[in-house]
Amino acid sequence: MMLIECPWCGPRNETEYGYGGQAHVAYPEDPSTLNDNEWAKFLFYRTNPKGLFAERWVHSAGCRRWFNAVRDTVTYEFKAVYKPGEPQPITTTNAPAQGGTK
Amino acid sequence: MAEQVLTDISALRTSPLGHLSETLKQGAVAGERGVSLREIAFTTQIGLRAEPGSAAHAALSAATGVHLPSAAGQVVGTEDGTAVLWLGPDEFLLVAPDGSEPFSSLVAALGDEAGQVVDLSANRTVIELSGPSARAVLEKSCPADLHPRSFEIGSAITTVLGPVPVLLWKTGEQTFRVLPRASFADYTARWLLDGMAEFASEPID
Ligand SMILES: [Zn+2]
Repeated sequence: MMLIECPWCGPRNETEYGYGGQAHVAYPEDPSTLNDNEWAKFLFYRTNPKGLFAERWVHSAGCRRWFNAVRDTVTYEFKAVYKPGEPQPITTTNAPAQGGTK
Repeated sequence: MAEQVLTDISALRTSPLGHLSETLKQGAVAGERGVSLREIAFTTQIGLRAEPGSAAHAALSAATGVHLPSAAGQVVGTEDGTAVLWLGPDEFLLVAPDGSEPFSSLVAALGDEAGQVVDLSANRTVIELSGPSARAVLEKSCPADLHPRSFEIGSAITTVLGPVPVLLWKTGEQTFRVLPRASFADYTARWLLDGMAEFASEPID
């Protein structure tokens, strides 16, 4: 059992949360110009770092809000949580692209 | 709608736990380790959504008569009158006794501003669990911290009870209101009755 801090609700059991994969994947500027390869990369290709990783979580059994977290994939420890639109507090290898804070 | 008001349809209503009323009474445990269960049926419930700081938020806040809660866990108002529970940063649930009709005045208050006023009265029923063992019964299957130091009287959280998503509202030191969706009500009540049963016997050391 692990407690995850929701930016709104505070610490809650991990069973209340859902995982949303890598954070800050910028939506293509003009999706219609992408070829299949580029589109597939946007949809499915994600980094898989050993260490700090910025990712999306949703407090599905609580306030139902999405937020971002920086988690260490080695220790599973959550280093920081932050609301959508807020700056990423800790640098990761998948740091937000220019302007991409979704 | 007008025709419905002319006939008294309230006599035809059935609550999600109406069929279990006898079972709920029989499940009550008396004494030092007592705990009992009852349904508070047909409450008026209105879902409200508005971004804090917006004109819609201010208008709805005034129209509820008790304002809107501003942080997780907060409930404004009283459980016997109108209460508003915090569900999310821009989402709230107004709960009022059967027969209250705040809906049209809330809709009028929102006007054309961006927000929501939705009648959710039939969405959830209210189960009241009370007695010295009430917290112990809930703690068997609720992952949230229900200790009084973190879950105070007059607060409410969205969480789960076993597999059922519920709103959990603490209205007294030994009194909790559990709000499951109507389709989960039968399961939730039987789940709680099952959890209550052991308190009828002496504890085993
Ligand atoms: Zn939350």
